[in-house]
Order: sequence, then structure tokens, then C-alpha cells
Amino acid sequence: MAAVLVLRYGARGGRRALRECETLCSRRCLKTSHKLYSAVYDPNEKTFEKLLIANRGEIACRVIKTCKKMGIKTVAIHSDVDANAVHVKMADEAVCVGPAPTSKSYLNMDAIMEVIKKTRAQAVHPGYGFLSENKEFARRLAAEGVTFIGPDTHAIQAMGDKIESKLLAKNAKVNTIPGFDGVVKDADEAVRIAREIGYPVMIKASAGGGGKGMRIAWDDEETREGFRFSSQEAASSFGDDRLLIEKFIDNPRHIEIQVLADKHGNALWLNERECSIQRRNQKVVEEAPSTFLDSETRRAMGEQAVALAKAVKYSSAGTVEFLVDSSKNFYFLEMNTRLQVEHPVTECITGLDLVQEMIRVAKGYPLRHKQADIPINGWAVECRVYAEDPYKSFGLPSIGKLSQYQEPLHVPSVRVDSGIEQGSDISIYYDPMISKLITYGSNRAEALRRMEEALDNYVIRGVTHNISLLREVIIHPRFVQGDISTKFLPEVYPDGFKGHQLTDHERRELLATAASLYVAEQLRSQRFLGTPRIPIAKSKRSSWELSVHLGDGIYPVAVSKDGSSFSVEVDGMKLNVTSEWNLALPLLSVTIDGTQRTVQRLSRDASGKTSIQFLGTVYKLQVLTKAAAELSKYMPEKAAEDTSSILRSPMPGAVVAVSVKPGDMVSEGQEICVIEAMKMQNSMIAAKTGKVKAVHCKAGDTVGEGDLLVELE
Amino acid sequence: MAALCVLRAALCRAAPWGRRAASGGSVPQRIEEKRRAALLGGGQSRIDAQHRRGKLTARERILLLLDPDSFDEYDMFVEHRCSDFGMDSSKNKDFTVFGGSLSGAHAQKICKVMDQAAMVGAPVIGLNDSGGARIQEGVESLAGYADIFLRNVLCSGLVPQISLIMGPCAGGAVYSPALTDFTFMVKDTSYLFITGPDVVKSVTNEDVTQEQLGGAKTHTAVSGVAHRAFENDIDALLNLREFFNYLPLSNRDPAPVCECHDPSDRLVPELDTIVPMESTKAYDMLDIIRSIVDEREFFEIMPSYARNIVVGFARMNGRTVGIVGNQPKVASGCLDINSSVKGARFVRFCDAFNIPLITFVDVPGFLPGTAQEYGGIIRHGAKLLFAFAEATVPKITVITRKAYGGAYDVMSSKHLRGDANYAWPTAEVAVMGAKGAVQIIFRGKETDAEAEYVDKFANPFPAAMRGFVDDIIQPSTTRMRICHDLDVLASKSQANPWKKHANIPL
Repeated sequence: MAAVLVLRYGARGGRRALRECETLCSRRCLKTSHKLYSAVYDPNEKTFEKLLIANRGEIACRVIKTCKKMGIKTVAIHSDVDANAVHVKMADEAVCVGPAPTSKSYLNMDAIMEVIKKTRAQAVHPGYGFLSENKEFARRLAAEGVTFIGPDTHAIQAMGDKIESKLLAKNAKVNTIPGFDGVVKDADEAVRIAREIGYPVMIKASAGGGGKGMRIAWDDEETREGFRFSSQEAASSFGDDRLLIEKFIDNPRHIEIQVLADKHGNALWLNERECSIQRRNQKVVEEAPSTFLDSETRRAMGEQAVALAKAVKYSSAGTVEFLVDSSKNFYFLEMNTRLQVEHPVTECITGLDLVQEMIRVAKGYPLRHKQADIPINGWAVECRVYAEDPYKSFGLPSIGKLSQYQEPLHVPSVRVDSGIEQGSDISIYYDPMISKLITYGSNRAEALRRMEEALDNYVIRGVTHNISLLREVIIHPRFVQGDISTKFLPEVYPDGFKGHQLTDHERRELLATAASLYVAEQLRSQRFLGTPRIPIAKSKRSSWELSVHLGDGIYPVAVSKDGSSFSVEVDGMKLNVTSEWNLALPLLSVTIDGTQRTVQRLSRDASGKTSIQFLGTVYKLQVLTKAAAELSKYMPEKAAEDTSSILRSPMPGAVVAVSVKPGDMVSEGQEICVIEAMKMQNSMIAAKTGKVKAVHCKAGDTVGEGDLLVELE
Repeated sequence: MAALCVLRAALCRAAPWGRRAASGGSVPQRIEEKRRAALLGGGQSRIDAQHRRGKLTARERILLLLDPDSFDEYDMFVEHRCSDFGMDSSKNKDFTVFGGSLSGAHAQKICKVMDQAAMVGAPVIGLNDSGGARIQEGVESLAGYADIFLRNVLCSGLVPQISLIMGPCAGGAVYSPALTDFTFMVKDTSYLFITGPDVVKSVTNEDVTQEQLGGAKTHTAVSGVAHRAFENDIDALLNLREFFNYLPLSNRDPAPVCECHDPSDRLVPELDTIVPMESTKAYDMLDIIRSIVDEREFFEIMPSYARNIVVGFARMNGRTVGIVGNQPKVASGCLDINSSVKGARFVRFCDAFNIPLITFVDVPGFLPGTAQEYGGIIRHGAKLLFAFAEATVPKITVITRKAYGGAYDVMSSKHLRGDANYAWPTAEVAVMGAKGAVQIIFRGKETDAEAEYVDKFANPFPAAMRGFVDDIIQPSTTRMRICHDLDVLASKSQANPWKKHANIPL
């Protein structure tokens, strides 16, 4: 024995561990392949030697991948909590630029400029968000002779200002939204402007991009509230408290045109992306092309987008966003002077690598393509997979550690852009996006079918995620028909999203699966290897009478073992359930009467409770023997907490303001405090009228999900 | 529950006799009547009352605990002194009969099954729901307790003994669970105390409820008397079934090996980054444990008590292992009185029943302070040291971060006959942290020796150079290494010098 051990220790040294470590790292970097582009990378074309990515997460990884193909060395920046992040591991060099809060790290221009100097990076790709549309950053880079991968300062400034951009658009003969107007000083002025335009109006920070901080007001009171929030957000997020109020187009589609321009006056439109599926003005599902546009409208929009790009002497990739009403009238919304989150769908249908094109343009090369060369090949759909709870207003952020994580890359024509891996933390500091899941097909139906499969095969454990919502959207008849608008979610789910609604047959399939899993587990627990337990004298069991609790229902289920499969009787119907019954695999392929389903068993415990992800939605079930189920009626009900008199934080975040103190009277619906999470402010309101008994938080506190904030009497 | 069906009484079904003797008052008929009466325990109205309290009867509990048809009842016909029943290796007090209070006959029945269990090597499970000694029977009942206690002691280390407290359990009755290896409780319906609230009030004038005095919360979080609590009778019994599968049947059997679907060579990439860069930052040791063991299943023992140490059962490649880990998330994972005692008792159980021990170390030392010193941390800390040192089961240790001072020695170190001791690259095996060390060495003097200390001592090299850790391993390979080691160590044979018994510092 001793000899064996000594030998083993002798043979194993630190060197082996090192080798194992190297293997791991290289595997991680290669895990996503860009099989969906047909882009050409010319190794002889001179380009930058070293490029810094002033971003984190999936977009930093995305840029690094193209840089590797182009032979450019990469520098990652990171905050201290991101020291082990994927983008840091992928880059050739990585430098810490500060602590976790973005204002001290990813927005810390001084520190980033320092890194650029130190690492001698010749160019900077800003990704999206952070400093991507910051003209000051672009100016400072230019002053240091470092190339900014994006348009020049003038275009950023012109398009970054919502008011100036609209004037420019008007002059370039681009359709603009009627009745838009000025800068706002106070709530009264906001109301006056809103009345002039006519309700509904939209209020947002002038300097902010995307839909973040955008508020819709239908009357004077909402205008005042919108003004207060938007001006606060404008001040805290952008240091610029100018606001924009404009006519709100009811029931519109959000369709945007990708443009690509060089420094030689050439500009192309790379077709549209349909981004109408949104919640709280943030995109969730995007696709290219749009089901709604005919080629005539597409060309008209494309030509206007190119006209605008040329009017501001735009170079690099950019996006012109339009609102399109039901009669296919389109109105210019804004131009984003950066790479968009949803750029992969355009890459899928055009075959271009937009990051490569941006780098080429920045290096001074003219575009390689003509407008006639830009195809629409097939159909691409993108789902934004977020760490959030879709059951709470279509998605409130959740945090946690990804205890298990596996991307569905084994499904054909799937691209996953992510910047996290198993073991990563989703923290309160950054955007809660887990990944962008993109599927591609020769037509829309194929792309959607693959998306369904990809979502079922995506393993995300440790954080709450929105797979259930995404899957419901892409199989909803209205979505499948292309009958969508930016109001799709509230219209389809007026009472909030409640997960997949099982048909009778689907419910039988789920019950049969749960019961079969239970029996498989029971059978396995009886199988001891090596020294046997004392043998059971009674005959081997081959049938089980079970009772399965699902929702409010209790269903008798009979299972009998039939070779390697189970014959399961539910609701008087017999189902044949087969599987390998490998209970350690995160993905379980089960065939129920010939229908293959990929299910995930997320948890189980000794008392028969289990949660199973089936058709995208997580169902909580309890499988008991018939005897146990009959006795469970005697078990005492545990008293539930009265939730109307207490206010708990619905998500992790920071307390921005508390507007009550103990002893105050509050009325139902009154704001009690404001929680900021993932750069979003959420107003917490009283669930009933009453007196404040205790306040458990103060401004500046960090709170976790479920933390007690305020108690009423 | 294979174990419990081994002792099958030779009771035949009554039906064939019944057919033969139709005339009134025949022996078979009387057998039937008595059996039927016994099945009702204290009668239907008492059964209903038990149900109203949210509890099940002993018979129903056994139905849930055991495999169908594997329970054969002993002594159903014992009369007068008591009309309830015992069960083979599963001793059970039926509350519907005389409030489950202990009579001489009752004790005799319990002793009978315990003797049998000890003889064949089958675990003993007690489902306790008892009011205490049956006052009416006087000293006979007290004698009955002592008979049971003696058997609890004699069975200790021979067969696993588990108590599930399912109702009030007061007075002398509490010492039987206290002597067994594991005590589980049912929330809201079970209590354990020497004397109930009324007596407490009359003696000390304290106002206290049953729940506060001896409820599941008190014993699992404050006193450490109970090892775990469950929601209700059904939940508790089903969990007990699952727990049972981790245990060998007796000290003559090896740790059980189940069929396992989780690959033994599975890499766990997230472990490479799980220990934070700053050595002062906490992380959850349970994350490490769950990601290494089979299918993330970990049966934690005493999860609410002395949470700075984590102990419990899991499987590695199907084989039961006992896991001990410092918990950096609670009190920095330091060792104090309660965590030492919690750890020591668990380690001794594993050693007694051939269950390999896997220890995850991140310990900044023993907790300083008067409260600890006055409480006898020296005496109690020594228990954990004693337990690890005397254990002869396979011992594998992984130092994830800090292993400082005496606490390093205690936590299953190489010096205590650790079989495989590993360090992660983040390990710091040293006498103490850099800051404290520099303060002592350069007392009062301004110095920048801290960085030098970190460089020299706050890493795994000094220990690895001396062979105190066998290897510095990449964290992601930890599962693979442990599974392999367990295979090699399965045939480990090590004995302590002969003695009547050791004298652990109690």
C-alpha cells in the first residue's frame, strides 16, 4: 500500500497540474465558434498590432474573437471583481482599472488612458454602453493618437444629442416623429410641453442611449413623475440633466437599419433588424429580417439611413432606429453610433463580421462591398438570456453564482455570445445579461424551431433566468405570424407572465416524466455495489402507485417497469416513457409515446419535491407514494407570512431613497422607497394604507432579494 | 430500507386458521381479535386525536419509513403491562397508547429488538413520541429506561443508532436519543426537555413555552442536541429513509457504494476561480462541497448549529464519505468551542463506521477571547484534534486557503496520519496571517516586512517542500483526485494500539 502511494505522489507533480490548467484555458477560449459568418480575413492586410477593449462581458469576448482572427493582440480592462472573468482570460493582456462600481472602473477614463499608454495599444474598441458613445473619450484618444473604433467625435456628438440628431435628420430628409421639442427646466415646463405635443408623450434623458430611463406619460401627473425620475437618472447616469419630451407613437414596431460607412464617403445599409419584443423599453427578442417590411419599405428606410449617415460624415458601423406604425409609416427615432447588442442577427443574414468591418474602416480602408452585394440569406433570431425573474414585471434582475452552465452549442446553427462560464458570478454591479442566443435557419420557421430546441438545451443553474419567457414568446401564435409590436408582452400577458400553460396532454407528459424520474431514482437507490446490503427477502418491485402534486392538483399516477422503459398510467391514459435515466446529466432526453422532450431536473429532495424545467418553464412537483399522499392530509398547515404589511425588496440592489419614517401614515400605492438595481430605478409602493411601524433600510444600503425594507402596522 | 427486514418474526397470516375454526371463542378467532385491537393502538378516537395534532400514529410512521411489506411486528400480543408494540430494529413509541409513556413491558420489547440488532448488525431507528416514565408503574418504568440506556451504550459504535423525535419527549426518555448517533426532530410538533415548562416555572420561575424550551429550533440552532429538523412527520420519515442509505449497517460493513452516474473524472472548472483574490473575502464552502460530490447531493448534519464548520454526508463515485469543512462565510471559518465539538462527534461517527473523511480546510485559527477561554476552548478544541488523530479511516484533506497555527494541525493534517493532503495554489499554510505575524515579530516597529512574509509563508510552498502536503493541485481536478485516492485507499488497514478505550477529553 505504502509503495503504491509513494509512486503515485512521485509521478504527480505540480507540472501536471499546470498542464491540466493550460488545457482548460485553451478549451474555454475556443468554446464558441463563428461558423455563421462567411467573412474573409486577409492575413496580409495591414492592421493594428494591439487593440484595447474598453468593455467587459460578452461584447469584450466578441471583439477579442475577431481580433484573434485578424491577428491583432488584445488588451482587456477589468474591475477587481472581474479579475477572473472570461474576457480577461481570453485577452493577451489584462489590466485592472478599479473597483467594481462602473464609475470607478469601466467608466474611469483616466485609468483607461493610463492602461492604453502603458500597454501601447494602438486602437480602442469601446463595445456598447460604457464609453462607446462618449465624445470626450473619443476626443482624448484622438489627442493621444490612438484610434477609436467608431465614428469620429463630431458624429458621436451630433447623434448623441437627441435634439440635434432630429434636426440633422430633418435636414437630411429623414422622416421624423411629429411634435418633438426641447430642453426642460422643471416639472411645470414638462407638463406644458407635454400638453402642447398632446398625450401620450415620451420622456427620457437627452444624453441616454437605448430605451433606458424612457418613460411614457399619459397625463399631467405622470409627466411630473416621469420628469422627476428621468432628470434624476439623467443626472446620475450621464451627468447631464437635459430631457427630451416627444410624441409617443402608440402600438409601433421598432425596426432599425444597420449602416456601415467608411472614411471615403461610402455608406451601405445592411438591412433591418426587428426589435419589437421589448419589456420596459428594453429589447428581448430580435430578428433579421423583419416579417413586416416589403422590399420597397426596406429600401426607403435603408436609403434614408444612409442619407443620414452621409449627412454627418459617419464612418464605422451604426444603427438608425425607426418606429414603424401599422401603415408602414416610419419615423426616425435615433441613431446609435456604436455596435449594437443585437448585431449578430445582421451578421448571420449578411455573412459580414461587423467588428472586422469596424476595425478595417477605423484603419482607413474603404468598404469592400457594394450595396448590391449585401444579401438577405435565411433568417436569424436572437434571444437575450438574462439573469432575471420573468414572473416579476417580465424581468426583475436576479443575482447569484452560475453553479452549472452549459451552452446549447450541440444544436445545429446556434451561436452563443457570452462572457460568463460555469462558476461566474452575476453581480449587482453590471448588466444581468447571461448571453445572446442566436439561431439561424434557411427560413424563419427553421430558425425558430432551432431556437426552441436551443432554449430547451440551455443549462443555467444558480440564478433565475428568463428562458421560460423567451420560449413562450417564440412559440406564441402572434409572434409566429409576425403580428407583433413593442406592446407585445403587455398585450399578450395583461396580468403578467405566468409561465407556460400546459395543455391536458402536456400535463400528462410532465406527470409521467416526474413519476418515472422518481421511480428511476428509487430503483437506483436500492442498487448497492461491492459489499451488498442484506438482501431484501420480498420479491422485487415492478409497479408503483404514486400521487403527484402539481400546482393545485393531485394526480394519481401508476408506474410499472417494462424492461428499460416505464409504462405510466395518468388520467386513464397509458404512456410509454423511455430514457437512459442518467440522473447526473443536467439535460435529460425523455421519449414519451414517441415524442422526444428535453427536460431538466433542477432539484429533488427526499420528500419527493422536485422542480422540472419542461417546455422552458420550471414546474414544482411533489411525488409521493399513494400511502404517503393519503397521510399528508393530516400534516399541519404552516402559517404563511402576512405580506400586505411588510415590504420586501423584490430584487438585489441599492437603496437610493427612503421617503417614509416610522410613525408616518402612508396610503396604498404611495412610494415608500426607491431601489436601484442594474442601473434601473424601481419605486417600491405601499400595499395598503397604514402607519409605518419600522424602517429597516436607509439610502445607500445594499439589499438582497427578499430583505425586509419597511413594516406597516 | 433493506436492513430492517432482516429480523423477521415467525408470525404467520391469521387468515387460514380463521377459516378452519368458525365456532366462537376459538384460538384463531381470539388471535384475530387481539391483532385487530392492537392495530388500533389506543383506539380510533386516540388515533384521530394524534392526527388532529398533525402527527401520525406509529403504525403509519412505519408504513412510510420502511419498504412496503418489510416490517414484521414483534410482541403484538404482549398485554396488561402495556398493549403497544415494538418493532424489529426500529423501536417506536406509540403516543396513542398511554401517551407513549414507558412501561416495563414497553422497555422489555425495545431491549429485545436492540439485542437482536446488535447481534446481527442492523441499525437501530427509534421513532420517539413519549411522555416519559409511566408514573403509575413506578420504579419498574425507571428500570426500563436504564435497560434501554445500557443497550444504547453497548450498541454505540457497533450499529448506527438514529432517533427521530416526533412528539413530546421529556424526562428520562430524552437520554436515549442523546446516546444515539443522530437525533432528528419534527418542527412544531416535537419537543425534548428534561423538565417541561410547568416544572421550570415552579423551580426557576422562568416563563417559557415548550417550543422555546425544547423545540426543534432550540435544539438544532442553540443547544446542538438535535442534528436536523424536518417540516412534518412525512418529510422527516422520507428524509430518514434517504439518510439511512448513506450508512453502513454496522461497524463490520464498509461504507456503502451506490450506483453512480456522475463521472469520477469530472473536472470542476469553476473551482479554479472560487477562492477570492483577497484573502479577507468570504466564500461559501458549500459551493465547493456541492460541486465536488456526486450530483451535488450533500446531506448536511447540524446545518444551523456552529455554522462556522460544515459537516455531513455525500458520495464520491457512489461511495459514502463524511465531509468536514471550515465555513469562511461564518465567523471567517474559525474554530470555536461549538464547532470543535460538532466536528469531533461527526469525525468519530465516520471513523467508527468505516466512512472515509474528506476535510476542506480554510481556517484562520481558534477563536480568541475570554468567552472562549473561560468556556474551555482548550478542552473542547482538543476533542476535534483527538478525533482526527485517532481516526483510521481513509483521510483526505484539501487546503483551499488558510491553514493557520494550531488549527492547521487539527484539521486532519498530514501529521495526524492524513492519507492524501492537498493544497490548492491559493493555500497559505503558516503559523498566522501576515499582518499579525509581522506585528509580533517586529513589535511596535514600523516595517514593510508584511510583503516579505506573504511572499515567504502565505503560500503552499513551505508545506509542500517539507512533504506536509502531498501535492499542490489545480482546484478543478480535485474531484478526480479524491475519487482516485478513495479507490486506492479502499483497502486501507490501520489500527491504533490495543487499549480498553481511549480517554477523549470530554
